[in-house]
Amino acid sequence: MNACWTIEFLNRLSTDITVAQSEAASTTIWQIESRHWQRFAELASQCQVRWVAGWAEHLDARFLVNACFENAGVYIVLRTAISCATPELPSQATVYPAANRSERHTQDMFGIHFIGHPDKRRWTRHQAWDKHSYPLRKDFPVHGKPQDITPPDMDYPFIKSHGAGVYEIPVGPVHAGIIEPGHFRFQAVGELILNLEERLGYVHKGIEKIAEGRAPEALARLAGRVSGDTTVGHCWAACRAMEQAAGIEIPVRASLLRGILAERERIANHLGDIGALCNDVAFVFAQMQFTRLREGWLRGNASYFGHRLLMDRIIPGGVACDVSDSACSLIKQEIVQLRAELSELVPALDLNSSLEDRFYTAGLLSTEIAAAFGTLGYVGRASGQNFDVRRDAAYPPYTQVRVRVPVEAQGDIASRFWVRYKEINASLHLIEDFIDLLAAGDIRAEWQTPQADSESLGIVEGWRGEITAYIRFGSDNKIARYYPRDPSILNWPALEKLVLNNIVPDFPVCNKSLNGSYSGNDL
Amino acid sequence: MNGLIAAIQTLLFVALAPLLAGWLKVCKCRLQNRKAPPLLQPYRDLIKLTHKQPVVAGQASWIFTKAPYIIFSATMLAASVVPLFAVDLPTSASADVIVMVGFFAFARFFLALAGLDIGTAFGGMGSSREMTISSLAEPAMLMAVFTLAMTASTTNLSIAITHVLNEGLVLRPSFLFALFALILVAVAETGRIPIDNPATHLELTMIHEAMILEYSGRHLALIEWASQLKLMIYGVLIANIFLPWGIAENFSVEALGYGLLAILAKLAVLAVLLALSETLVAKMRLFRVQEYLSFAYLLGLLGMLSHIILEASR
Repeated sequence: MNACWTIEFLNRLSTDITVAQSEAASTTIWQIESRHWQRFAELASQCQVRWVAGWAEHLDARFLVNACFENAGVYIVLRTAISCATPELPSQATVYPAANRSERHTQDMFGIHFIGHPDKRRWTRHQAWDKHSYPLRKDFPVHGKPQDITPPDMDYPFIKSHGAGVYEIPVGPVHAGIIEPGHFRFQAVGELILNLEERLGYVHKGIEKIAEGRAPEALARLAGRVSGDTTVGHCWAACRAMEQAAGIEIPVRASLLRGILAERERIANHLGDIGALCNDVAFVFAQMQFTRLREGWLRGNASYFGHRLLMDRIIPGGVACDVSDSACSLIKQEIVQLRAELSELVPALDLNSSLEDRFYTAGLLSTEIAAAFGTLGYVGRASGQNFDVRRDAAYPPYTQVRVRVPVEAQGDIASRFWVRYKEINASLHLIEDFIDLLAAGDIRAEWQTPQADSESLGIVEGWRGEITAYIRFGSDNKIARYYPRDPSILNWPALEKLVLNNIVPDFPVCNKSLNGSYSGNDL
Repeated sequence: MNGLIAAIQTLLFVALAPLLAGWLKVCKCRLQNRKAPPLLQPYRDLIKLTHKQPVVAGQASWIFTKAPYIIFSATMLAASVVPLFAVDLPTSASADVIVMVGFFAFARFFLALAGLDIGTAFGGMGSSREMTISSLAEPAMLMAVFTLAMTASTTNLSIAITHVLNEGLVLRPSFLFALFALILVAVAETGRIPIDNPATHLELTMIHEAMILEYSGRHLALIEWASQLKLMIYGVLIANIFLPWGIAENFSVEALGYGLLAILAKLAVLAVLLALSETLVAKMRLFRVQEYLSFAYLLGLLGMLSHIILEASR
C-alpha cells in the first residue's frame, strides 16, 4: 500500500497531466498547470483519494492555489500558480463536495474565481470589507479598514422553499445556550426537517491575516487560539509544520509529553460532550456526573501542567512544561479512578431505555455521505470511515505505541456516543503507555532559523479529527503564510445531511453529537 | 364564614404554588448530586421579574400584553374549583371537573395565541406543539375523570371526594387505572420530563418555553406563576381524589389545620416522586408523545371498563 499509490497515480496522470514533483520538508508537492486543476480532481476521486484541505497564498504577482490530498496515510500537496491579472481556475468542488466551502473561502479572501463552482455565493466575506478588496491579498492592511458602523448583513441569498405548510425557522446566530454563534436556517413541514442551511462565519477573527509576520513562538500562541477547545491540537499541528520547515527534530521526551497533552485534551472534551449529549435530551443526571468528571480532569491539567485547558504548553521545538515522576504516578492514579467512575456510570446510561430511544437511529449519517464529504474524527469513524492520523500516518510519539481506533458503521448519534466513549478508554491507555516510555531528557530543542521560503504541512489528530496546518516562512524567521484546517471545516457540511428526515426538536442533539467548532471553521 | 374559607383556600393555592416548585427543584437537585437553590427561590424570581420592565415586541397586539393576565386569572379560577384542604365549600357547587378542564383550555387558548401573536418561528412552533399535545391529553384526562364520576355518580369534585371518603379504603381496579392515567396526563399537561423540559434553553426542543420566549418582566412572572399553579392543581387533584384522607370535612380550626398539613405532606411526597421520575428518564422524542398520551387514554378507558365490568354490577 502506502507510498505506492502516488507512483501508480502519477502513471495514470501522465497521459493528460504533467506533474512537477518536489519534496519540501516532509511534504510532497505536485505542481500542475491551472487548466488541469479540475481534471486532476476527477482522476483523484476515481482512485478514492481523499480531499483534505484547500488554501491559497499571494506571492508578488501571482497566486499559489493549493489542495491537499491523502490516501493510505500518504499526503500530497497539489499546487498551481495563477497570475493576479486573471485570477481564475476550474473548481474542484464539482468533484469533491468537501472543497465547496473552502473554495468559497479562497474566493472571498483572495478574489480568485473558481470556474464552474456549484455555489456562487460568498461564504466568509464580511460586510466590513469593500466589494473589491480581499483581506488576504498583500495590499490589504493587517488592521483592516475599519468603518464606524459595519453595515448589517441583510441580503444573504438563503435557499428558499415554497409550498403549502412549508415554513422557515431561522435560528441564531445568538443562541439561548452558552455556545458559539452560528446561524441555522431550517425549512420544515410540521416538525420534519426538509432542508438545513448553515451560515457560519460569525467568529471570523482574521487568524490567517494576523499570522503573517509573526515569530514562531507568537504563531504557536495564535495557533492555540484557532479553536479554544482544540488548543493542543492546533498548536501541535502548527509547531510540527514549523519544525519540519526548520528541520528540527524534537526530543523524545518532548514528543511523549505532547502525546500526553493531546490525549488529555481529547479525554476532557469527550467527557464534557458525552454529558452535554445527555443534557440535550434532558437527562440531567448524566450531564452533572460527566461535568464533574471533566472538571476533575481539568483540575488535574492545571496541577500537572499549569493550565486547565493546556494552552501554550506546546512551543516550537518542544514543550513548555515538564512533569515530575511524582506527577506521573498521580496521573496514573487519576486514570485508575476515572476508569472506575466510568465503569459505574456508563452501564447506567447504556441500560437507560429512554436514552437509547433518543440516540439510536437519530441523526443518521450514511457511510457513503461520510466518505463523500470526507468527514473526520469521531463523526467519520462512527460512519465507517476507518482513518486516524495517529495510526495511519503515525508521527512521534504514536510511532512508539499501538493506537486503537474504534470504528462503528451505524452512523447514528449512538454510534458517535460509543465511538467517543471508546476513544476515552483508548486515550487512557495511550497516556499510560507514554508515561511508561518517559525517560529523562530535554524537553525542548534549540530553535534554528529556517531558510527563507521554506514551507511544510503539519498534520496531527486533534480530538475532533485530523488537523492540518500549512506554514511558509518568509525571511528573518517570520511567518509568511499560515493556514490551519480544523476538522470542523469538513464535518459541518455533514450536519446539513444528517439532520434530513429528522424532526426539528431532534436537531440540538444531532448538532451536539457532531459538535463542530465555529471558531475553527471561521478562522 | 364559608365564603371566607373558600377565598382563603384559593389564595393559599396561589401563595403555595411557588413553594411546591421550589421544593421540586430542591428534590431534583439533590437527586442529581447538585447543590440546590434555596427553597424560596421561586418567590425571589417572581419578585425580581415584577421589578423588571417588560420588553414588548413592536408588532405585538393587545393579545400579547393581555394574555398573561387572562392566563393567570383563568388558572386561578381553575384553582378555586379544586378542594385544597376542605370539601363542601360554597365554591363546591360549581366545583365541576369539566369546568376546571374548561378553564385550563381557556388559558391554553390564550397562551397559544400569544405565542403566535409575535410572529416568531419559535412561538408558532411552541403553540403548534402545545395544541397537538393538549388535543391528545384532554380526552385522556376526561376519560380518567369520568371513571371517577361513574363511581361517585357526579362530576362534582367535592361530592366525589366525599364519596371516596365514605367508601373507605377499598381496592378498586378502576381507580388504579384512572390514577395512572391522570398522572400521565398531569406530567404532559404541566410540561414536565419526558414530554417537555422546563429547564431547557434549546430553542428547537421547547414547547411551553417556546411559547413564552418573548415574555419578560411582570408578564413573564404571571405566566411562570400560572404554570406553577397548574402543577399544584394537578398535584392536589391526584392527591385529593385518590387519597383524600385528611381533608377537612367540617370547618373547625383543627380539621382545617389538619387538612392543610395533610395536603402539604401529600404534595411533598408527590413532588419527590416526580423529581425521581424526571431524574430517571430522558425526554422522549416529540413524535413519541402521541403514543404516551394514547397509553394514558387507554388506561382511562380500561379504568372505565373495569368499573363497568367489575364494580358497577354490585
